[in-house]
Amino acid sequence: MAACSVEDVLAKAERDEAERLKSISVVKELELEFDVGNLLALDKNPVELRGRSQDREELLRALARDNVQLLVNEIWKLPAERTDDVLVVKLPEASTKLPREKPLPKVRPPTKWEQFAKLKGIQKKKKTNLVWDEVHKEWRRRWGYKRAKDDTKEWLIEVPETADPSEDQFAKRNKAKKERVAKNEFNRLRNIARASKTPVAGLGLAPRAQQSKSELAQAVSVARTSTASVGKFQDRLPKEKAPRHTGKKRKFQPLLGDFGNEKQKQLEMLKVMETKKPRLDVTKAVNKQLREDEEEEGRTRRKKGSGKKGDRGKRGAAGGKGKGAKGSKGGKGARSTKGKGRGPHMKQGKR
Amino acid sequence: MAHLDGVVKPKTKRSKRFLDHRAPKLLENSKNAMIMKGGNTSETVTQALKDIYSLKKPNVVLYKKKNIMRPFEDSTSLEFFSKKTDCSLFLFGSHNKKRPNNLVFGRMFDFHVLDMFEMGIEKFTALKNIKNEKCAEGTKPMLIFAGELFDVDNEYSRLRNVLTDFFRGPVVPAVRLAGLEHILHFTAADGKIFMRSYRVLLKKSGCRTPRIELEEIGPSFDFVLRRTHLASDDLYKTAHKQPKGLKPKKKKNISHDTFGTKFGRLHMQKQNLDKLQTRKMKGLRKRRGAVVVENGGTTSPKKIKTQE
Repeated sequence: MAACSVEDVLAKAERDEAERLKSISVVKELELEFDVGNLLALDKNPVELRGRSQDREELLRALARDNVQLLVNEIWKLPAERTDDVLVVKLPEASTKLPREKPLPKVRPPTKWEQFAKLKGIQKKKKTNLVWDEVHKEWRRRWGYKRAKDDTKEWLIEVPETADPSEDQFAKRNKAKKERVAKNEFNRLRNIARASKTPVAGLGLAPRAQQSKSELAQAVSVARTSTASVGKFQDRLPKEKAPRHTGKKRKFQPLLGDFGNEKQKQLEMLKVMETKKPRLDVTKAVNKQLREDEEEEGRTRRKKGSGKKGDRGKRGAAGGKGKGAKGSKGGKGARSTKGKGRGPHMKQGKR
Repeated sequence: MAHLDGVVKPKTKRSKRFLDHRAPKLLENSKNAMIMKGGNTSETVTQALKDIYSLKKPNVVLYKKKNIMRPFEDSTSLEFFSKKTDCSLFLFGSHNKKRPNNLVFGRMFDFHVLDMFEMGIEKFTALKNIKNEKCAEGTKPMLIFAGELFDVDNEYSRLRNVLTDFFRGPVVPAVRLAGLEHILHFTAADGKIFMRSYRVLLKKSGCRTPRIELEEIGPSFDFVLRRTHLASDDLYKTAHKQPKGLKPKKKKNISHDTFGTKFGRLHMQKQNLDKLQTRKMKGLRKRRGAVVVENGGTTSPKKIKTQE
C-alpha cells in the first residue's frame, strides 16, 4: 500500500527523533567552550539584560537552563560505567590551567653514602619486615619495639678474655650505643649542611644555649679578626683582655742574606743527621723524671690512705715509668698513655 | 621552619604525617579556603560570608572574630593566617562608607598573595531567604560563565580563573550522573557580575540525556568589580609550573578479574580457631548428653571477594 511506503516510514522516524531531541537541544550563536574535567562551561555569547528585576531574573534563569542543558549533554556523551547500581562517568583531564598551591618539591641532593653507593654500583637490598627469633621462637620485626635480636634485654653478658674484669659491660654497651646514635646524628646534620650549600659556622662558633667563658672569648676573638684589615683597627671593649698568641706563628729566615749563617746551619744539620746517638735534652729528661717520681709518691700515699684504689694507677705508673726512663723523643707517646690511666692528680702536702 | 626542615626531625609518626600533608607535593591536596571579617562588617556581609562558607564546606575555615587588616595595603596578616591553617584561597569581607559591602576573593601561591579581586555586593539574597530544598553539602558544583567579557577582558578572565579555583571543589576522577545537582552560574553583563546558584532537576526526555529544569536555591549575588591585584607575569608562570612525569601511585592489594570483579587481599594474623568469637546460637549449645555439631567461623587468611 502506498501509505506504508518506505519513505513515509523514514520520514515519520525522523520527525519522532526531532521531537524527542527538541526537549534537550539548545540553539546558540556561538558554541560553548567546555571543560568537562572541571564541570565547567564558558558561554561567549553576548548577554542583554532588560531593566526590571523580575524580567532579569527570568532571563538569567532561562540562560542558565540553556547553558546547563548544553553542559549536561556534553557530560552524557562520555562513556558511562555501572558500578554498584550506580551510573558513573569517568571525567577527562581538566583543561583549565589553575596555578599550584605550593611550589614544586625540591629534589634532595644525594647524601655522602648515596654518592658512594652510586659510584661503586651498590644496590639497595630489600629486607624482609620480619625476622625469625630463635630465642622466642617466633617472627619478630627487624627493629623497633619487641624486635628480634634485642641485646638491650640481655641479663647476661660474657666478659671477653681481652677485657678488664672490673669493667661494667652493660654500661659499656649503653655507652657504645649512645656514641653510635650521636655519630649518626652528626653525620645526618653534616649531610644537611653539605646539601644546604650555605656556609655553616665551624665547630664551636655556632651559638648554643649554654656557652662557657672560653667559648665566648674564642667567638669574640674570631669576630674581631673577621674584618677587612684582620682586626688591626678594631677597638677593644672596656674590659676585654688583650688577645694572646698573636703575631707570627713561625719565623723564617730571609731567603738570601746571611750566607755564613746559612752555611753554619746546614753543616750543623748534617752533623746531627750523621750521629747515631739519639738527641737527649738532659734538662727536659730530668724534669720529667722528677715529676713522675712525685706523682708515684703521691699515689702510693693515696693507696695507703684509701685502700685498694691504687691498683690501676700503680700499674699505669709502672708501665709509664718503664717507658719514661728512656727519656727519648718517644717519651711523648708514653706520657699520653700514662696520662689516661692516671687518676685525679692530688697535690700532697708535706708530711 | 624552612631551614630547620631536616635539622629538627618530628618526634612522632603523627606529627610526621601532619608535616608531610602540608609539605609541597607532586600531586597537591585540594585547596582550602579561609573566610574572615574585617574591622567593620554589615549584616549583608556576614550573611554572605556564612552562605559561601556553607557552599564550600568542608574545605573551608570560617573565622568568627574580626580581623582589622587591609588586604590591598598590607598582606602580611593574611599570609600569616594562611600559613597557620594551610589555606591557599581566602575571602575577606568588610564594610565601610567608601566601600560598602565589600568582598575580596583571593588566592595564594607559596603563602604569598597571587591574585586579589575586590567586589561590592549590590543585591544579595541569602540561603535562608529562599525557601527551597537545598543540595547536600560537599556536592561538586557545575560552573558556568556567561558573557563575552569573561573571554575578552583580561581582568575578567583572570577573575573567571579565580572563581573556578574557589568554587571548584575537590578534583575527582569520576562523577556519579545522578549526583550532578548543584550549578553555579556567573553572568557578566551591564558592568555587573550576577552569581546565581540553582539545583538541577533531571527530567525524562525522549532519549538518554535528560532534560534540565532548574530550581533556584542558594545565595544570589549581584557583584560590582572594584579594585584588583593581579600577579605579575613571571610569578603567574612560576605558579603554573607542573612537575614532569606525574605517575599516580598504584594501590596495592587490589586486583581485577577478567569479568570485572574487584578483588582485595587481606593479610590476617594467625588465629586460634578454638577461641574464636562467633555468634552464640543458644539452641545449638552443648547440652548434657546431647551431641551437637557446631559451626566455627571460617575466616581464612586468603582472598576475600569484594564487589565494587
